[in-house]
Amino acid sequence: METALISPAKAWLLGFIPAAFFSLIIPVVGVACFTYIIAKRAAPLVRSKPDPRLDNIIDRILGMLKFAFAQYRQPRYLMAGVLHIILFAGFMILSLRSISLVMIGLSDGFVLPGLGGTTGHVYNILKDIAATAVLVACTVAIIRRGFFRPERYEVPKKYGKDHTAEAVFVLCLISTLVICDMIFEGSLAAAQIQKGLQAEFHVPGMGAWMFAIIFSSTSIPALQNIHLASYFIHNIVFFFFLCFLPMGKHFHVITSIPNVFFMKLKKGMIKPVQWGVDDDKLDGLKSFGVKKFEDFTWKNMLDFYSCADCGRCSDQCPANAVKRPLSPRFITIKCRDYSFRNYPVQGEMTPKDEHLIGTILSEDEIWSCTTCGACEAECPILIEYIDKIVDLRRGMVDEGLVPQSLQKPLKALEKRGNPWGKMEKKRADWTKTLPETCDVKLFENGDEANTLYFVDSISSYDDRMQGIAKATACILSAAGEDFGILGKDEKDSGNEIRRFGEEMLFQDIKAHNSEAILSTGAKKIITADPHAFNTLKNEYKGLPKVEHISQTITRSIKDGKIRLKPVEDPSKIYTYHDPCYLGRHNGIYEDPRQALDAIPGLNRVDMLKSRDRSFCCGGGGLMLFYEPEEEQRMGVLRVKMASNVGANVIVTACPFCLVNMEDAIKVAGLEGQMEAVDLCELIERHIDRA
Amino acid sequence: MTQQIFAYITHKNGTADDSALELIVAAKKINPGGASVTAIVCGSGPELDSVCTAMAGIYPEVWKISNPLLSYPNAEINRGVLVNVLPAGAVTLIPHDTFGMDLSPGLSIKQNVPFVSDVVGIDGIDGTSLKIIRQEFGGQVSTHVHCDISAGAVLNIRSGCFQPDNSKAAGTVVDKSGQAGDCKAKRRFVEVVAAEVGDVDITKSDVLVSVGRGIEDQENISIAQELADAIGAVVSCSRPIVDAKWLEKARQVGTSGKTVKPKVYIALGISGSFQHLGGIKGNPFMVAINKNPKAPIFQVADVGIVTNLLEFVPELTEKIKEMK
Amino acid sequence: MEILVCVKRVPDTAENEIVVNSKGTDIERGDLVYSVNEWDNYAVEEAIQIRDKVGGSVTVVTVGDSDSEEILRREMAMGADKGILLSDNAFNGSDGKGIATILKAEIEKGKYDLILTGAQADDGAAQVGGMLAALLDIPYASLVNKIDILNDKTLKIGREIEGGNQEISEIDLPCVLSIQTGINEPRYVGIRGIRKVASVEIPVHGTKDIGIAAESVGSAGAKVKRVDYFVPPAGKGAELLEGSSDEIAEKLIELLKSKGGIK
Repeated sequence: METALISPAKAWLLGFIPAAFFSLIIPVVGVACFTYIIAKRAAPLVRSKPDPRLDNIIDRILGMLKFAFAQYRQPRYLMAGVLHIILFAGFMILSLRSISLVMIGLSDGFVLPGLGGTTGHVYNILKDIAATAVLVACTVAIIRRGFFRPERYEVPKKYGKDHTAEAVFVLCLISTLVICDMIFEGSLAAAQIQKGLQAEFHVPGMGAWMFAIIFSSTSIPALQNIHLASYFIHNIVFFFFLCFLPMGKHFHVITSIPNVFFMKLKKGMIKPVQWGVDDDKLDGLKSFGVKKFEDFTWKNMLDFYSCADCGRCSDQCPANAVKRPLSPRFITIKCRDYSFRNYPVQGEMTPKDEHLIGTILSEDEIWSCTTCGACEAECPILIEYIDKIVDLRRGMVDEGLVPQSLQKPLKALEKRGNPWGKMEKKRADWTKTLPETCDVKLFENGDEANTLYFVDSISSYDDRMQGIAKATACILSAAGEDFGILGKDEKDSGNEIRRFGEEMLFQDIKAHNSEAILSTGAKKIITADPHAFNTLKNEYKGLPKVEHISQTITRSIKDGKIRLKPVEDPSKIYTYHDPCYLGRHNGIYEDPRQALDAIPGLNRVDMLKSRDRSFCCGGGGLMLFYEPEEEQRMGVLRVKMASNVGANVIVTACPFCLVNMEDAIKVAGLEGQMEAVDLCELIERHIDRA
Repeated sequence: MTQQIFAYITHKNGTADDSALELIVAAKKINPGGASVTAIVCGSGPELDSVCTAMAGIYPEVWKISNPLLSYPNAEINRGVLVNVLPAGAVTLIPHDTFGMDLSPGLSIKQNVPFVSDVVGIDGIDGTSLKIIRQEFGGQVSTHVHCDISAGAVLNIRSGCFQPDNSKAAGTVVDKSGQAGDCKAKRRFVEVVAAEVGDVDITKSDVLVSVGRGIEDQENISIAQELADAIGAVVSCSRPIVDAKWLEKARQVGTSGKTVKPKVYIALGISGSFQHLGGIKGNPFMVAINKNPKAPIFQVADVGIVTNLLEFVPELTEKIKEMK
Repeated sequence: MEILVCVKRVPDTAENEIVVNSKGTDIERGDLVYSVNEWDNYAVEEAIQIRDKVGGSVTVVTVGDSDSEEILRREMAMGADKGILLSDNAFNGSDGKGIATILKAEIEKGKYDLILTGAQADDGAAQVGGMLAALLDIPYASLVNKIDILNDKTLKIGREIEGGNQEISEIDLPCVLSIQTGINEPRYVGIRGIRKVASVEIPVHGTKDIGIAAESVGSAGAKVKRVDYFVPPAGKGAELLEGSSDEIAEKLIELLKSKGGIK
């Protein structure tokens, strides 16, 4: 094709320097700098702990397609999500264009393989649209960042400085890139038209098309200069941008796709103390958990690099909502900045042999987490938090840094198998007040049964929560299950022991329970406690199938084993609160709802935050003993959410949720207007025994 | 029995501690025959004199030991004084308070006599074997302890266990200061740092008026405060009260709050969750006032009143004030 | 500073009612679990903190049977350098003075600058520390809730006294201090910590090793003897006061008075 302007590959600058020289030198320097920076950024990962993430490649690729390329979680925040999808899609399209542009400077008329001919024209059309869309999205994003400032982007003083400037700067860089391309194209098109030559088609209304019109009366020499200038500005900005990305939150542009690929596939399971070290070899480890930065795994560090600082995790975090000293976002940001400081791009690496707790993180911050998983359910690029929190706790436990309020229950768990230090022989005392129609077998007495009901500590010992145990037993009995309990042979399931970082105690308790359970010969385990459900199902090994009572109920209703009476009070409005360890960690959202809906006449609404956005009640297990600084209780916020949708009965399916909800109703002053009930209790009251 | 019994009088600002009235009762239980009981008062200056005078109205004989070095009680100095002053075979009764705990074990060693700490009752004497009642495990069980007092003994007496009688005497004050010795010690008193003003320490109070959710409203906290003021108690609370920010965290009793060991615990509108009860140790005399007869607190309380506390407590406070 | 901490193994009774056996000779111990006396744990933590500040070593010692080795290990897992178990059948039935005599004999074999004990134990009488100091003829302070090291000869200490006040004194070394809870925040000892010291040798010393006469300690030497256990009379459940509110109030006032609830 005859061209009206001299292309960058053939042009001379100042009359004697071939422009191609710059076309070569800019990418060479740019790529060299980028490689150097990435090598520096990789330095801490090299010193990190192992983390095998190459299993189940198919699942990983599918996950990458879903979460990274299809941006599955982005629209959960609609405005930001749509803007991001436009930018991301635009980037995908334009990155090809940018590579082509770089090459054009060396070889005139270069086209990427596969982008010649018709495909090339189609691509050019797409590219025109994408560039303009990106420019619009950038403009909207700048305005949004600069003037409307969503609250979740705020950086409280204690966490460091605001990141708005960086965000706006990067948006400006992106805008410059697309504008340069538009001018590069537009100037050529204008010149072609002026000389009566054939011009590349530019989609009317898009940027290149507009620049072609703007330049329609500009002189050819001027257009030649504009054409070359825009080309080289584009190249310089492009490589500057590339090297700038790893300096801050825009590193995610590079790392988030691999980060998603390396995602955690098994939910509900805490990572082992050290990958590659079996549970029975733990005694040989010199240190436990994360103490210094290099105790994190490389994937943990990749998480830090990948955080785009979007604030969604903290926006969903219940601890952050009640102003506990925890914001997941800033755990990541603080760790990333710490890594940048100790592994700078310029200058000496200065890895420090210091405990992160007390330097960049605080004890209270790490104990404040209820491990509810809301942050992880929200993060668009699947950054993990719970494993890191637990690893940091393991480090603290290993150093003896455990709040006094938690030491007592931990010691009681060690000595007695329950956090209150109650006697083992009283563990089955709740069965003494069961109705005669409900018979509970006791494996400790040598009874045999098909199903084991794992009660766990709180439902065994707490006067109020024994109601859940009794209702569960009655339901199992009514459903015709042949079941028994372990009695004094049962110890706490240990879900929270593990999550509070006392791994060795968890291992001991797990071994004890596993042996006790297996020796019963039971074929199935049922529990009404989601915390027990989670750890038995995901962290114990070799146990029979584990089922939550809500699954049993739904199944029994479907099978006709349980029939339910019409709702006792049709005027009430029920709402179901998803317990974290049933919902988010194990994906059981529908069974409890179906069970409720099976009660004829029951009027049920969902809260705004439900299913995987459920808002934690305040935490279970050992969290009941921990006293964080907070402005209010999570439960109170939750009860108000129920009130906001007009509900007056909160149904939950977890004893800890019930403890917290009942307390919260009192604290919120909603007694008499709101009540909390466990799913089992409600179902048991509605069983039609006639 | 010919042994002499001595009562160690603690005093502050010229006034003897209430334990002075209890020790003489305990002494009489050891020696029902009614041999003389001698009060020992260490100190200096006019304050010492006024205590001695007061004690002479109760005890038949008062030994006064005056020395400027005794103006603030220092267990090591006072121990030396007692070793010098006390006759062989003396049975010495000392209040089981923070000073008694500091003084008595070492005193018994220096006198080479047996020591029994924290005596809550005396169940008679069998020859030279004194039958003493003590408590263990936070008062959950009691024990009988036999102690041969033939060569003398040091007994620390818990306050509140021997009801004062109306002992009256026209006693004489004998100045024993000359026998006190050099009053030297390897431990030197510097100062007393007072508990921070406004910072109520519920763990230190013998009587607690504790409020729970049954108080219903922040304004009603004053009902509890007035009762506490009337009986000389401190107001504590359960967790919901702290959550509602009606009282500060430092006042919370429970596993997640403070552990308290009062003698009397008055629970107003507290249901009695075990998280709350977990913070109450030492088996106090517990009064529960709650309108819900099924509240678990009634399982553990000694005395229960099923009533609306918002009406009842002000009446009670009024009555106590009238009585005073 | 060479520090010795005297510790004791006690039944953990926080959440469990103590039951007296049918003969009244002891409490039912079958269902009890044991741990280190709470006050002693604070004493060990304090000793470790002092050692970490000024150097030296921490030795924990207990008088008891072979089961008591467990608590020595727990305290060593906390950070104590050495444990010594004083165990001999002749020690059984010792009164407070007997225990103090045994400890004194062991202490005189070594050279300690500071000896710490817990202020009291649930099943004890808050007496051993004071007796030990008197036997060793060194100064003593009870209920200590603050220790500052002034120099290698003197400490500045705080004692917890009535009303939440703190009595500050200076005390010469060597001395015995009985430690009150709250002086520090004892560190957590996990299973892992205990396993790490599981194979450390703990010397066991009997009468011959520490050079005392068997008759001077144990039940033979005790002048104070616990003869039985009994449950203090107390009704089950609250006695509900009934009648008009006037009558109830009067009854309650009487009860409160008798229990020391009205000052």
